[in-house]
Amino acid sequence: MEAFLRDLLLNTAWYFTAARGLILILIVMTIAGYSVLLERKASAWIQGRIGPNRTNHPLIAWIPGLGNFLMKGGFIQPAADGLKFLFKEDALPGHVRKTYYVLAPIVALAPALIVLIMLPFGKLPTGEAISLTQGADVGVLFMFAVSSLGVYGIALAGWSANSKFPFLGAVRGSAQLISYELAMGLSVLTVFLATSGPGQDHGLSLVAIVDAQTGAWNILYHPVAALVFLISIFAETNRHPFDMPESETDLVGGFHTEYGAFKFGLFFVAEYGHMVIGSSLFILMFLGGWHVLPWVPTVGSGAVASLLGVAAFFAKLCFFLFFFVWVRWTIPRFRYDQVMRIGWRVLLPVAILNLLVYFLYYALTGAR
Amino acid sequence: MAIKVVERRPLTLAERSYLPQILAGLKVTWDNMVRPPVTLQYPDERPAIPQNYRGVPTLVMDPNGREKCVSCQLCEFVCPPKAIRITPGEIAPDAPNAHVEKAPQEFEINMLRCIYCGLCQEVCPEEAIWLQSQYSMTGTNREMMVNNKARLYELGGTLPDGHHKWDKKKQEAERQAQEGH
Amino acid sequence: MVTDNKPSLVTINVDGVEHQVPAGANLVDALGKIGKEVPHYCYHPKLPVAGNCRMCLVELGSPMRDRATNEVVMENGKPKIGWQPKPAIACATNVSPGLHVRLESPGVKACREGVTEMLLLNHPLDCPICDQAGECKLQEFSAEYGRGYSRYLDEKNAKPKKTRLGPRVTLDDERCILCSRCVRFSSEIAKDPVLGFVNRGSFNTLTCFPGRELDNNYSLNTVDICPVGALTSTDFRFKMRVWFLKQTPSIDTESSAGANTTVWSREGKIYRVTPRRNDAVNDTWMADSGRELFKAVEAPNRVTAATVKQAPATLEAALVAAQQALAAGPLAIVGSAHMSVEEQRLLARLAQARNAVVYVPAHLGKGDGLLVSEDRTPNFRGALVTGLTDRAPVADLKALAADIDAGKVKSVLIVREDAVMLGLPASTLAKVRSVALATHHSVTTAAAEVVLPALTVFERSGTFINCQFRLQAFAQAVPARPARCPTASCSRDSPASTPRTSGPSSPPPCPRSPVSTARSSPPKASRSTAPPGRTTSSPKANC
Repeated sequence: MEAFLRDLLLNTAWYFTAARGLILILIVMTIAGYSVLLERKASAWIQGRIGPNRTNHPLIAWIPGLGNFLMKGGFIQPAADGLKFLFKEDALPGHVRKTYYVLAPIVALAPALIVLIMLPFGKLPTGEAISLTQGADVGVLFMFAVSSLGVYGIALAGWSANSKFPFLGAVRGSAQLISYELAMGLSVLTVFLATSGPGQDHGLSLVAIVDAQTGAWNILYHPVAALVFLISIFAETNRHPFDMPESETDLVGGFHTEYGAFKFGLFFVAEYGHMVIGSSLFILMFLGGWHVLPWVPTVGSGAVASLLGVAAFFAKLCFFLFFFVWVRWTIPRFRYDQVMRIGWRVLLPVAILNLLVYFLYYALTGAR
Repeated sequence: MAIKVVERRPLTLAERSYLPQILAGLKVTWDNMVRPPVTLQYPDERPAIPQNYRGVPTLVMDPNGREKCVSCQLCEFVCPPKAIRITPGEIAPDAPNAHVEKAPQEFEINMLRCIYCGLCQEVCPEEAIWLQSQYSMTGTNREMMVNNKARLYELGGTLPDGHHKWDKKKQEAERQAQEGH
Repeated sequence: MVTDNKPSLVTINVDGVEHQVPAGANLVDALGKIGKEVPHYCYHPKLPVAGNCRMCLVELGSPMRDRATNEVVMENGKPKIGWQPKPAIACATNVSPGLHVRLESPGVKACREGVTEMLLLNHPLDCPICDQAGECKLQEFSAEYGRGYSRYLDEKNAKPKKTRLGPRVTLDDERCILCSRCVRFSSEIAKDPVLGFVNRGSFNTLTCFPGRELDNNYSLNTVDICPVGALTSTDFRFKMRVWFLKQTPSIDTESSAGANTTVWSREGKIYRVTPRRNDAVNDTWMADSGRELFKAVEAPNRVTAATVKQAPATLEAALVAAQQALAAGPLAIVGSAHMSVEEQRLLARLAQARNAVVYVPAHLGKGDGLLVSEDRTPNFRGALVTGLTDRAPVADLKALAADIDAGKVKSVLIVREDAVMLGLPASTLAKVRSVALATHHSVTTAAAEVVLPALTVFERSGTFINCQFRLQAFAQAVPARPARCPTASCSRDSPASTPRTSGPSSPPPCPRSPVSTARSSPPKASRSTAPPGRTTSSPKANC
């Protein structure tokens, strides 16, 4: 034990890991915060409003020009939102199952963080993929597996809250996840069929899939798969029009009805984390990842090319986050039976049919 | 009565897929997004109040500074929520407007009761009570929400008046008195 | 005085419909009885007809008769009506059998519109500041027959706006329509002719005779009968618009004449008292002195809470103290002719039970031969009828003082009377235990051991019996000013207070002139329901 502790204290690798973890959490929190800002601003624009433009800090307000710009753009709002969640009274309702109630937001957030550290989002000049953990391209199956665990957070929250609306929300969330996981998995298989054909040794690596898109992006070869996958990630992340577990109009607040303060904030962050994951997967598999344009994989060379690649990835990610918001304020929520019907009777058959067509095509022609 | 059965036109594949509709919807929201906002930054920007706006009821003076209200109490009578309370009084014989004879001693409008219907303005025979552009009334207790006479005149100010009914009457009486009637 | 004969009816034809009306009645009154209003200003049912306002012009006609045979000329199976070529004033017409009247014809309407336009020529636009607004005949008929704008090109006449006619009456000459009701009232009813018109044409003005002023005790009746806002009550002037005021039927308490009154109040505050028409008692008049009495309700010296030995006490403690005081020994009661019949009945029962001597003091003044009688109490007849006393009212309480000095009386109950001022010295009163029920503080309440608050006539309901032995009810006009009052609880649910004194058959009220009303009538059981449209009080009379 003593040796372990000494090892723990003296081994500097631990500190780096811890620091990396902290940085990761900060990044994710920031992304989530600014996603919320984007959500609020975009909804305001769509509704003819202005959106958050009041929050400021004296130190920032003092900067001429920029201070005003930051305030009008609402760029300091996420800090206020986050601090509000942090400093609110963390009430613990008397009727909940306390252990699981506290655990649920953590269970919801942890898978999102785990997946995020493994996402590749660029390429070093050396040819190594850039991600938050070195060489952790464990493949898309792992990512699907872990990110799906997020629904346990919802299920746990709904059950531990020990009241009706959260429970209904949790049940809906679980059922919805199962329904759409199938279609999503089947849809990406065509991509892997193409990339990891016979004689190629890529496994299910995302980096390999991006590498395979130096010419045309996969979305041009696999439009049906891309559509099914896109719809499925909306459902997986519980975003409008698929936000059955939350569904304010019929379930008050859904699974997080009984949550407040920072615990509610964690659910919030988890939702946006899942949005980032879903978007990233789509970008990596269908939109060429860090490739700048179709048939133009890199611009410049060396470090410049790497940086531009990362920038291209984040530009695509930003567009996708905006797309999520855009769709949310456009399409009304589906009815629960419609959600189930789309999942089982539309997307799943389409995905299977799509897979069969590509399978037969590849089998008969041998083409890639 | 014959019943005419109208068959619903079968949906096309594109319509059933719902995707064109979603795209059309996205275009609508996009168009809205690039349009300038319609809201105002309220405390900083104030809306332009139209002339016929019915704001807080106020008492006004005529251009000569004479209080127009003669406390006829018609507004008190017509007020649906009974927000108006007038204590009538007689004008002192040595006052400059003694020829009007009657003026309110106290005039209170309870803005917690007022429903801004404008009947008081409509019924006023002297055009003394006006619902003007003031639209924001706040107070930290109930007493502050009761406008007394001084406050009503402060809010109302002076409005242009083409009649000068009482002044003309006084001039005519003086003229006739000079002619020895 | 009392006639059981129904007046004989005659048939008249109004706008083609036949109606039965009393023979010989004034046409305005007769048409009013059948629900047809004839607009009028100068006509007043209790004043001589002047016929100068011309507002009541109607078209009259009667069946034509053949001059030779005196037969009614028939036309299409109906008598042919000969219409008079010019309209006639209804107020100067008495109904006669077969009289035909047109009220709705274009000619009559043109007459009314013409008269209204003429009256409005010089009438100021004073309605917003005019106290008559809301009960103004000119306002009402202008709404019906006025044209809404003036065709008069000249300036209106300017006349004095604020003339003092007397201590209680202010005249606004501009508003006067020269109907002369006030002039006729002063000379015919008040017998104090001080008013008259001077100048001619547009300058025709009401004024007092030189060196005189309208200061008789009936001057405010001219304000009541003024159809416009020319004569105004100096006291009520600019106080409150009449449409806010609640009207409560009441009885004038200044004397045993018992004039019927209407109390005008708003939100618990009385603004004025006016006469209420009762042809058997006061016609439509009352004295000015009775109109001031309502100010006693808000007088500063009101008894608003009970006191025991001049220290404030709760009502319960005061009642216990009163009970002990009254149980001290032989009891004497000073009752009052200001008490209602119900209160007197209860006090009589108490006197009977305690075998107490009851003194009802007299309050006498000079009668004016009209509506102020010599007996200045409203209800001494009630004391006789309820058995509170069987003697004439006592002039003073010296006999009671002597009894106390002699030790024959150990406790005294004084109700609504200022006993000390009536000859029962405070030093004498101090020798015995004493309880006083009073509305206002006085030397008696200062001397009494226990003082209980009582209510004025405006704060309670009940009945009085006036000098004609006429039982008249009054209703509560405003909430009681003392928060808690013992008399409110003592008379409630008490069947003994039922003033059933007369037999089942009651003669109908007969028209009497107010002059004969005021003289103390012989005590006889001619009891009648007092005010028209009101029943006498229920057994559950409040204090």
